[in-house]
Amino acid sequence: MSNQSSVEIQTEWDIVAARQLGRNVAKELGFGTVDQARITTAISELARNIYLYAGHGKIEIQRLTNNGMKGIMIIAADNGPGISDVRKVMEDGFSTSGGLGAGLPGVKRLMDEFKIDTTQGEGTDIRATKWLR
Amino acid sequence: MVQKIDSQYKEILRQYMQRQSEQNLYDGQNFSRQLIAENTSPEEVISMHKAAMQEMYEDLPDVVWHSFDLLIEMMISYGLALQERESLLQRQEELRVEMDLAANVQETLLKTTTPSLEGLDIGLLSIPARKMNGDYVYFVSDQEGHAGIAVADVIGKGLPAALCMSMVKFGMDSLNNSRARPKDVLDVINRVVEKSIDDSMFVSMFYGSYNAGEATMTYGSAGHEPAILYRAKSETFSELNSKGLLLGVSPAAKYEEHTVHLEQGDLLIMMTDGVTEGRNEEGFIEREVIFELIHQMKDEPAQVIVRHVYDELVRMQNAELSDDFTLVIYKKV
Repeated sequence: MSNQSSVEIQTEWDIVAARQLGRNVAKELGFGTVDQARITTAISELARNIYLYAGHGKIEIQRLTNNGMKGIMIIAADNGPGISDVRKVMEDGFSTSGGLGAGLPGVKRLMDEFKIDTTQGEGTDIRATKWLR
Repeated sequence: MVQKIDSQYKEILRQYMQRQSEQNLYDGQNFSRQLIAENTSPEEVISMHKAAMQEMYEDLPDVVWHSFDLLIEMMISYGLALQERESLLQRQEELRVEMDLAANVQETLLKTTTPSLEGLDIGLLSIPARKMNGDYVYFVSDQEGHAGIAVADVIGKGLPAALCMSMVKFGMDSLNNSRARPKDVLDVINRVVEKSIDDSMFVSMFYGSYNAGEATMTYGSAGHEPAILYRAKSETFSELNSKGLLLGVSPAAKYEEHTVHLEQGDLLIMMTDGVTEGRNEEGFIEREVIFELIHQMKDEPAQVIVRHVYDELVRMQNAELSDDFTLVIYKKV
């Protein structure tokens, strides 16, 4: 088992590596099969966004503990062009209608917490957390 | 709760495995409805199925359990699509409520009072194809038997057309002159529309100025459906053509005006293209059909004639209205 806690995203193969990392951590933390699948789907979406729109970036997986609760946080960071209209990409139907998959609203639904920070010309930082119940 | 559902499902599955009867399948179908009502996602359903199978048939080879894991992975996106649909439905409902409110506001905003004029019976009906009306009828009148009528139609339907119509209303309000000459009214409104609305929007408008003392109508048109004159004496219909560009095309547009004198029983029929461009299976409904509908009812009050034409045209189009429908009839009595 790898101790690596982040994966550089540059090619489509890296998406698989990021999923594997996330799944390993999720499994270790005790997430069940369904939640593992949700977490890896979220990682896929975020990694694919980096691959498609920023070209280069990083997926980092963190273990969290808070008042005895355990959780997992996915951090997707890139120095790409940023998102010009965040409200629009967070709208239902915006990415799915173009066949682009679940999109950011999907990631938000799959996880418990979702935060996005983007600046045009500087890049995007997305943090999505899921707690173990 | 979750455990109760799990055990319910396990029981349905167990019975099905034993008997494979139609009743078992029907139970399963009913149970799926309950799951949907409780927002259970497809991945959870498969996970529940896998767990129930593991409890009952623990000796099955690993390949069976692995196959379920792949299925669970694949169902995540279906679950998301389902949730997205729910949220879009909710948004659609919000929009519907908002449209209803907007339609009410429009109705209040564009309300006009049919004038009462010596020797004239007026019938009027304006029905939108969707919620918002892109047709508009406006009256202005005074105590001395002068009344102006504007019948306008925005090229387009729904909300954009309705917003555009407010402009025409405010233009008319600012004129507020029941004796204004049609060519002057069209000239003023043309400039208002030209200045204030999008280049892709055009308005056609008929304007008629009625003088009750002389029973004359002076009219002009800005690219609008021609009004029809029915002569009671000869029982004939004729178009009242008048040249002029659509409103909003060019600030330099000039409008003609003409005058007709009404005799007892004559009808002056003003409308939008929603009346003349109705379609049935055989194509456009012929103008003669509409004339015939009016002719059948010529001795009735104007409002009855208008209603009859509407009802019959809707019937011919299988109760569908493809465009906003506006019909006004002046009947000389």
